[in-house]
Amino acid sequence: MPDFTLQVNGGERKVNVSPDTPLLWVLRDTLQLTGTKFGCGAGLCGACTVHVDGAARRSCSTPISQAVGKNITTIEGLSANGLHPLQQAWIAEDVPQCGYCQVGQIMQAAALLAKTPQPSDDQITEAMSGNLCRCGTYDRIRRAIHRAAAPGGAR
Amino acid sequence: MSPLSRREFLAAGAAAGAGLVIGFYLPHASSGTQATFAPNAYLKIAPEGKITVMLTRSEMGQGVSTSLPMILAEELEADWKQITVEQAGASTLYGDQSTGGSASVRTTWDPLRKAGASAREMLISAAALEWGVPRSACKAENSTVVHSASNRRLPYGQLAAKAAVLPVPTDPPLKKDKKDYKIVGRRIPRLDTATKVTGSAGYGIDFRLPNMKYAVLARCPVIGGKVASFDDKESKKITGVTYVGKIGDSAVAVVADSVWGAMEGRRTLNITWDEGPNRDLNSAAIFDSLKKSASGKAVTFYSTGDVAKTSGRRIEAEYQLPFMAHAPMEPGNSVAHFRGSNCEIWSPTQVPQDVRDSVATAVGLDPDNVKVNITYIGGGFGRRLEHDYAVEAALVSKAVSGPVQVLWTREDDMRNSTYRPASYHRLSAMLDGAGWPIAFTHRVVMPSINIQKGLPADNGTDAEVKDETSFTYSFPNAVIDYVMTETPVPLGWMRSVNALQAGFASESFLDELAHAGGKDPLDLRLHLLSKDENVNGWQTARIRGVLKLAAEKAGWGKALAPGHYQGIASFGCFNSYMAEVVEISMENDQPRVHRVVGAIDCGQVVNPNILEQQIQGGIIFALANALHAQITIERGRVVQGNFDDYPPIRMNEAPIVEAYFVESTEAPTGAGEPPVPPLAPALCNAIYAATKKRIRALPILS
Repeated sequence: MPDFTLQVNGGERKVNVSPDTPLLWVLRDTLQLTGTKFGCGAGLCGACTVHVDGAARRSCSTPISQAVGKNITTIEGLSANGLHPLQQAWIAEDVPQCGYCQVGQIMQAAALLAKTPQPSDDQITEAMSGNLCRCGTYDRIRRAIHRAAAPGGAR
Repeated sequence: MSPLSRREFLAAGAAAGAGLVIGFYLPHASSGTQATFAPNAYLKIAPEGKITVMLTRSEMGQGVSTSLPMILAEELEADWKQITVEQAGASTLYGDQSTGGSASVRTTWDPLRKAGASAREMLISAAALEWGVPRSACKAENSTVVHSASNRRLPYGQLAAKAAVLPVPTDPPLKKDKKDYKIVGRRIPRLDTATKVTGSAGYGIDFRLPNMKYAVLARCPVIGGKVASFDDKESKKITGVTYVGKIGDSAVAVVADSVWGAMEGRRTLNITWDEGPNRDLNSAAIFDSLKKSASGKAVTFYSTGDVAKTSGRRIEAEYQLPFMAHAPMEPGNSVAHFRGSNCEIWSPTQVPQDVRDSVATAVGLDPDNVKVNITYIGGGFGRRLEHDYAVEAALVSKAVSGPVQVLWTREDDMRNSTYRPASYHRLSAMLDGAGWPIAFTHRVVMPSINIQKGLPADNGTDAEVKDETSFTYSFPNAVIDYVMTETPVPLGWMRSVNALQAGFASESFLDELAHAGGKDPLDLRLHLLSKDENVNGWQTARIRGVLKLAAEKAGWGKALAPGHYQGIASFGCFNSYMAEVVEISMENDQPRVHRVVGAIDCGQVVNPNILEQQIQGGIIFALANALHAQITIERGRVVQGNFDDYPPIRMNEAPIVEAYFVESTEAPTGAGEPPVPPLAPALCNAIYAATKKRIRALPILS
């Protein structure tokens, strides 16, 4: 099996896996970064969302061979110091119920805010509709994104 | 905490009543010091003041890891900031630890209040002894005992050692007046939120042991089928695959160093299935059979007056609902470590004690030698009331003699679930000359979850179906009855269980009666609830209360935006009362749901923040059931596999959900499930208002 060198959360990580292995399982099983979740394995739910060169990607459908040479960010590396404004907003709005999808939701929202710092309701809906939540936390997700995007951030 | 084994527990000489641990001193395994105060199995207070509350139910998103400690902390007069929560594993100390039936708050309300109150009384006594003053001159507040006369105070931590040797009061006084509550009733943030936004919350799927392997199983795609033979030559060529073997009669496990290796190993397995007796089963035949059974032998659930003697204008209708799957976001999984003489399980389970017993049977151990740890659960909705993941993990761990995580894929979950029963409903009513209904009948035809699972029948029927086919209206003549059928399709308890089917049929039909008699659907309901009485165990005043609250907040009967229409429905289940108003418009012949107003009466509200989540979540869950959810069977196989053909609600379909509560001093009742049943009928009633088309089968967008 080949060695791949990955840039994960700002550090270099070498992994020895088959080239078709989805990034999701490399993160979870090889690198023990279990914050990224498995939900559908088919890019349908967004629970596995990470950033690849700053864009939201479904890690369950991204073979490791396509992630080489790119900057991969997971929830564990979303914020270098303390909580990201979105994580603060998620706490302020008490968004999670079971919480399983929320890491993917936050990663998706972070990619949205990086490009669109003050999104409209429609822009939020468009960006977030690929991320499923079976607990139905959508109202609070929307409020938390607006809160984090507001002037002055999440506080 | 390591639970005492049943044997140790009995040796301690305590009575093993349901949650009755008050008065029984239980040394906590982790305390190790006399200075820690643990007056009962729910609570320990360390000398530095940290208060640990044992969580005896599973946290699956419904907020019990916050709401249950609040109940105890209230009576303890604790400083909420000092509270931490520890998840109890399967134990013999707490009675039934199952998490389901919207029962966690209502069944722990009394034990937790007593646990907190008895500790408070002991701490007050300890301080009084310390100061040499009468205990009546002391009071507890904010984790401190105060003697006002001398202005002395002692924090609970400093009293822990002294309190620990005092007798435990058996009947401590409890707060009687709501105005004395300092914690219960407050909108307190959840204790589990921070870990859930950083990715550090540990779900079952995240649990790891040293040298742990990963396993996926190939299960027979045909319901009830078996493995005839398998060829693992190709599987064993996959890097990291360490074991392939049959587990039980109907599955083959592939074990590997990584999840991906196990999945690839399964993909390359060559299995010949013995498809068994259900190979020709299909949904059309199942519905035909339900309909035919409607003329079979029925058990009467509720009867009043004499329906046969009424005359007037007769209205009839048939309704039907499909099988549905829970589809929680976290796919099934469990970690097991079988160590020969004992076995340890880490599982996202709603039923740790059942898991313990099922695993023990499966691997041939005494239940005392099976330890079950509960992880966070990535969505339950009833799916984790089954024991299948944990039993599989234990069997695979035994087969490979090492720690194993069994992981299900989304398709595994969709196709090997236990499903909400498909049902058929026949309803009739009689209207008098003024258009008011004077007779009502509802025949429910569906298989019983409990009977299929081998649970005992109650007077020849399933008592749970009876409970959940609630009937809250006061008709002069009515019959509700049930024809219990059978199906080979595995059945399970799914959020609101049988109440969803019963509520859809009866609340839609009431709307039909309103329109047939020229009545407003809300007026019709209030007319049938006009007297204060108890109907079939339900108080008309309380169902009236939620209907009026929902209608008022939704602006029922007032002008709406152009093209907008409303529907209303109510239902009582899990001891709570719920009404909903759904507001829609039609776009390309499909309903667009803009707003749902939900009003609940579930007695005393413990935490409005969490109750609001349950109402929002229950309504979004119910909306998926109404619009999309349908499991169909073809050639004995479940057709749907993933979120493309079994679509939950996404943000672009999600309405604004508003949650309102009736102020109440009654003891708390269910909250997780009652928001589900009224949604589908309220939505279909709105669709009728918009289109004059009556929807009598779910899903709406089939």
